[in-house]
Amino acid sequence: MVKKRLIPCLDVRDGRTVKGIQFEGLRDAGDPIALAARYAQEGADELVFLDITATNQRRKPLTELVRDVARVLDIPFTVGGGISTVADVEALLLSGADKVSINSAALARPALIAELAGRFGSQCVVVAVDARLVDGEWQVMTRAGTVATGREAVAWCQEAAELGAGEILLTSMSHDGTKSGFALDLTRAVSDAVSIPVIASGGAGQASDFTDVFRAGGADAALAASIFHFNETGLPALKQYLHAEGIPVRL
Amino acid sequence: MEIAVVDYKGGNVQSVLFALERLGAQATLTADPEILRKADKVLFPGEGEASSAMQALRAAGLDQVLPTLTQPFLGICLGMQLIGQHSEENDTPLLGLLPFAVRRFAADATHKVPHMGWNNLQALQGPLFAGLTDADHVYFVHSYYAPVGAYTIAESTHPAPFSAAVQHRNFYGVQFHTEKSGAVGTRILANFLNL
Repeated sequence: MVKKRLIPCLDVRDGRTVKGIQFEGLRDAGDPIALAARYAQEGADELVFLDITATNQRRKPLTELVRDVARVLDIPFTVGGGISTVADVEALLLSGADKVSINSAALARPALIAELAGRFGSQCVVVAVDARLVDGEWQVMTRAGTVATGREAVAWCQEAAELGAGEILLTSMSHDGTKSGFALDLTRAVSDAVSIPVIASGGAGQASDFTDVFRAGGADAALAASIFHFNETGLPALKQYLHAEGIPVRL
Repeated sequence: MEIAVVDYKGGNVQSVLFALERLGAQATLTADPEILRKADKVLFPGEGEASSAMQALRAAGLDQVLPTLTQPFLGICLGMQLIGQHSEENDTPLLGLLPFAVRRFAADATHKVPHMGWNNLQALQGPLFAGLTDADHVYFVHSYYAPVGAYTIAESTHPAPFSAAVQHRNFYGVQFHTEKSGAVGTRILANFLNL
């Protein structure tokens, strides 16, 4: 049986790992290459690397850093941030990324999802969706969560899946960095609406939050940053906890 | 030892090259039939869609070369599927080195397609899996699979058993990404280099 995945996320700006709360107030969390190697060794099931300044400052992801991370990493490696063309994706795959995560560019031009899936295969196309709860509705945000799109989150995830996305990386901006638990209702709604895997993100604060997002949320994977970077809950201890709770994980 | 990685623009080969580099092995990325014939080991990675991959192989003349190779050969992911007879993916005839037909997984409420993530291996056979057990996990990403048959040397389940690895003579194939399967994948790759 396929196991539930735990995915540390490295938000990278200017070559350093950083982490904020609800996408603001960044603090330094260390050298991304050292963190990547440590997570792989501790049992991370995948690694996501997001160049968080890329879209707003129109800067291309740091392919050199991607190459340095890929060289040491023996687990799947996803890179996102500022990706808008087939050529961007080709450069990242050539640098050693296994998948790419696209967000703003897919919202601006949904056909990009189909183009990337056709050229490189759905398995390497992750569509990242940043959602914010506004008046009881989950709205999709773009440009690093700064601009509302007017789209509803579940409908956009379904459209992305139909266009050929291989996975959905679903972030609740309303929960991001708050450590108050994942957005269970949103995760469940998306997981039920699409047949591709859903990675839940935003809000992990304690071990039981992961049990909840896998069980009540129906997530296939959970992504977190703060809880891992600042050594609040180590990956090995978290995996042992989930195993004891009856959640299938790779030990 | 000369290691050749088949270059047919058939997906992401950089991860395979880095994995070989971590094992201290020098590999050449090539579509040259002479280099492929002379290599001690040949790796055949693949990702994406079956008919485009077969078209790329034919364009490079590799559909004629690969079946004639006699050294240990390892197809990875789509590279494993391509050594079968036929794929349901766009009704595609394959290289025909092993007698399996590739089928698409059926999604249900608890089993998503693609089958993506870490799954454990079962019914391990032969030197490719030396030192490994049924508790070991490897990383899969695929929507199509080879059924279990006489050629199967490892199984996994989603939800029914399928071929996680196959072999006939010098032709080996693994459905999972050995280059992205942590210490277990590294061991399998090292076992292949030691064949």
